[in-house]
Amino acid sequence: MNAVVVTDVAIIGGGLVGSSAALALRRMGFSVVLLDKGFCGAQASGVNYGGVRRQGRPPEQIPLSQRAHAIWPRLREVIGTDGEFIRSGHLKLARTEAEMASLEAYAARVSRHDLGLELIGHNGLRERFPWIADDVVGASLCAGDGHANPRIVSAAFAHAARMSGAQVLENTPVLHVEKVSDTFHMQASGGAEIRSRFLINSAGAWAGAFAEAFGEPVPLKRIYPSMIVTEPLPLFMSVNIGAEGGGVYARQVERGNCIVGGVRGEPLDDPDFSRPTGSGALTIMNRAARLFPTLQKAHAIRFWSGTEGEMDDRNPIIGPSRTTSGLFHAFGFSGAGFQIAPGVGEVLAELVRDGESSTSLDSFSIDRFTRADQARTRVL
Amino acid sequence: MKERVRPLIIGAGPAGIRAAEALVDAGIKPVVVDEAPLGGGQIYRQRIVPDERTARDLYGSEAGKATALHKTLAGLQDRIDYRPRTLAWNIRDNIADVMTDGRGGRIPFSHVILSTGATDRVLPIPGWTLPGVFTLGGAQIALKSQGCAIGEQIVFLGSGPLLYLVAWQYMKAGGHVAAVLDTAPLSAKFHLLRGLLLYPGIVVRGIRYVADLMARGVKVRFGIEPVRIEGDTQVKGLVWRDRGTDHHIACDAVGYGFALRSETQLADLAGCQFVFDKRDRAWQPVCDGAGRSSKPGIYLAGDGVRISGADSAELAGERAGLALIEDCGFPVDKVRIEVLERRLNRVQRFRGILEQAFPFPESLVRSLADDVLLCRCEEVSIGNVRSSAQKFDITDLNRLKALTRVGMGRCQGRVCGSGAAEILAHASGRSLEDVGRLRSQPPIKPLPLDLSSDGEAA
Repeated sequence: MNAVVVTDVAIIGGGLVGSSAALALRRMGFSVVLLDKGFCGAQASGVNYGGVRRQGRPPEQIPLSQRAHAIWPRLREVIGTDGEFIRSGHLKLARTEAEMASLEAYAARVSRHDLGLELIGHNGLRERFPWIADDVVGASLCAGDGHANPRIVSAAFAHAARMSGAQVLENTPVLHVEKVSDTFHMQASGGAEIRSRFLINSAGAWAGAFAEAFGEPVPLKRIYPSMIVTEPLPLFMSVNIGAEGGGVYARQVERGNCIVGGVRGEPLDDPDFSRPTGSGALTIMNRAARLFPTLQKAHAIRFWSGTEGEMDDRNPIIGPSRTTSGLFHAFGFSGAGFQIAPGVGEVLAELVRDGESSTSLDSFSIDRFTRADQARTRVL
Repeated sequence: MKERVRPLIIGAGPAGIRAAEALVDAGIKPVVVDEAPLGGGQIYRQRIVPDERTARDLYGSEAGKATALHKTLAGLQDRIDYRPRTLAWNIRDNIADVMTDGRGGRIPFSHVILSTGATDRVLPIPGWTLPGVFTLGGAQIALKSQGCAIGEQIVFLGSGPLLYLVAWQYMKAGGHVAAVLDTAPLSAKFHLLRGLLLYPGIVVRGIRYVADLMARGVKVRFGIEPVRIEGDTQVKGLVWRDRGTDHHIACDAVGYGFALRSETQLADLAGCQFVFDKRDRAWQPVCDGAGRSSKPGIYLAGDGVRISGADSAELAGERAGLALIEDCGFPVDKVRIEVLERRLNRVQRFRGILEQAFPFPESLVRSLADDVLLCRCEEVSIGNVRSSAQKFDITDLNRLKALTRVGMGRCQGRVCGSGAAEILAHASGRSLEDVGRLRSQPPIKPLPLDLSSDGEAA
C-alpha cells in the first residue's frame, strides 16, 4: 500500500468546500485526490444548521454568496439530489427598535447587490407570520434564501466527486506535507503517499496546521455551534428564521422537525468531538418556545453540536498562499460556510486552472492579518 | 468528612436500591433519582393503583425478593434523598441534568452510580410496527403494573428466558396464550443441564414454566422462524416457519423480543470507555468486577453494564456501593466483598450458559426482506439501509445514522439500534464490533421545549 499516487490536485479536507472543489476540478479535467481524516462531510459541513442564506452576510461576501445562490437550485443536476433545498425565504427578526434600525441600515448597505430584501413592520408580521410571538418589532425578509439538509448535501458532493473520477480517501489523515521543487509531497496514514502539482487546504477547523506548515500561521479558533431538534410537528414555520443580534435561528424541515440553534457547545475530551451543554440546550429550547408559541409543548428529541473554524473578523480565508505557489486555502468560514461553499468550490477550481477567479477574493486573503499588523505598526 | 461525599444513584431497581443501602450503612446519604413513581425497577415494578393481587400473584417465585427490595427502599426513605418521577437526561462533569414532573433541575454530585437497567432487544420482523405488537418486557409491565393483558389471543415469540416467564405469567393471570414460538432449537436447551449445577432452582423453574404451558395445551415450538405478523390496522395473525413449512395462527396481540439490551447512554455521556461484549452482541461500558468504570467517580451496576439479571443486579449494586465507599477512604467489610464477587462470578458463568440455550437468531436478521421497516421513528426500511451502505460504502453506525436517519428519531436508536448494527454488519461484510456503536446525544429521552431551567434542584 506504499504506492505513490501522483495527481494534478490534492485536496486536504472533504467537507463541502473540498468536495465541491473536487467535483468542479474533475469537470475541468484535472485529476484529483480528496483526503479526509474521517468521513467526508462529517464535521461542520454535515452537522451545521442548514441555513442557505445570503441575508446578513457582510457586503464583501455577497458576490461569492450570489455565485453560490445560482448553484443551489441546480443541485439535482450537479450532485444527483436536491439535498432537501427549499427556497423558503429567510426572515430576520428584530426584537427591539434598535435591532429594526440595524436591519434597515443593512438593507441600505447591500442595496446594490439585488438581494430583494423586504422590510416588514409589526402589523405585517402579525398578518403574514402569525406563528411568531407578538412582541417581535419587525423583520427583514429575503425571499430568495432558504434552507437545506447538510447531512445529505455534503455527502452527496463527496459522492458526486467520487463518481466523476476523483480518488476519495476517507479516514486518511495527512501526517506530513511539504513542497519539493514543483511538487507537493504528502504522507498520509496507512502509508499513503501523494504527489501533486496543486494543493488545496480546505481542512476546516483543522486547516491551521497545514497553513502553518507553509509559513502562514493564522488566528483560527474553534467554535461549537449547537442545535436542538424537535419531534416532527405539523408544518407551520414557513420560512428560515434568524434574529438580528443572534441568539436564535430556526427552520422546519419537510418531515416536520424543527431545528433550532443559537448557543455554543463544548469540546469533549477528544476535542475533535463536541456536545451541547445541558444548560445551553435548555436556553435554546426556552427561547424557541417563547418565540414560537406553537412549540411550547413540543418535545426536543436530540441535541447536537459540531466543530467549526472561526476567524477573528468572521470572514473566511479563500485564495492563493502568499508563500507557496500552487497552494490555495479555503477555510475559517466562521459558522456561515454552508451556503457559499459550493461557490467556493468553483472559485478554487478557477484558481487552479487560471491562477485567478472571476469573483473578487480581496477581503479573504490569508495575509490580511499580517498586513493589518504591519499597518498598525506603521501608525505607531 | 462524609458530608462532602455526595453520591448520586441513577435508577431505583435492584442495583440502585442495594447500592443506596450500602452507602447508607456507611453513613453516607445519596441522592437517588428514578424515572418511575415507585421503586423496584422493571423486574420488581410496583402497581400504580393498588388492586387485589398479592406479591405472589405479581412476582411469582420472586415475590420474596421483590418484597424485600421494596421494604429496603421504604426503610431508606429518611436516610436518602429519593426523587421518583425524575429523568436524568444528561450527565457531564459531575452534574446531572434532570426533569421532575416537567420541571428542570441540575444535581451536582461527587460520585455517581449508574444503575440504568435494560430494555428489550428488538429486531424488526415483517409487521412489527402493527398495533397489538409489544415487546416481551412491555407485555410484562402491562400485566404487572396495570393489571392489563396486551390482547385476548396472544402469541409470544422470540428468544431468551423472558419468553417463557412472560407467557407463563400471562397464563397464570388468566390470559389466553395461543402459542409460544422460540427461535432457538430445542437442542440448544440442553446447555441448561450444565446450568443445573450452578443454579438448579432457576433451571428447574424454567422447565416447569414450559411444562405448565404445554400441560394447558399451549402450542410451544422450538427452532422456528418468524415469517410475518399479519393485519391491516391491528394484529390479526402470525405466520411462522418450522422446518420449511409455513404455519398460520390467529391472534390479536404479539409479545416478542430477543433478550435484553443495556441502557448505556448515560455512561456514554459521562465519558466512560466502552468495550465490545461478544455475549451481549453490543458495545458495553468498561467495568471492573467491583463496578468501577474507566472514569474515576463513575460506577456501574446491573443490567445497564451487561445483561446479567435481577439477582446479579442486587449483588452488583451493593458491590459498586462498597467500591465507592472504599475509594473515599472509608472502611469496608472485606469478607462481604469476597462473597459478593464470588456470587457475581457464578452468575456470569450461568449467563454464558443461558446465552447458549437462547442463542441470538443471526440468520433471521440476514434474511429479512428489504421492505421491512427498521427505524420506525424515521421510517427507514432495511432496504434503504442496505442500498445506502452499498452506495456510500458505509462501515460505521454513526455514518449510517447521518446518511439514512436511522436512530435519529424519538427513540434515538434505543429501539432500532441493535437491529441497525446487525443489518449494517451483514450488509458491509464486517463484524458487529467493527461497525461500532451510536454515539449518545442528550437528551436521552424527549424533553418539552418549555422545560424550566431554574438551575439547581439540590
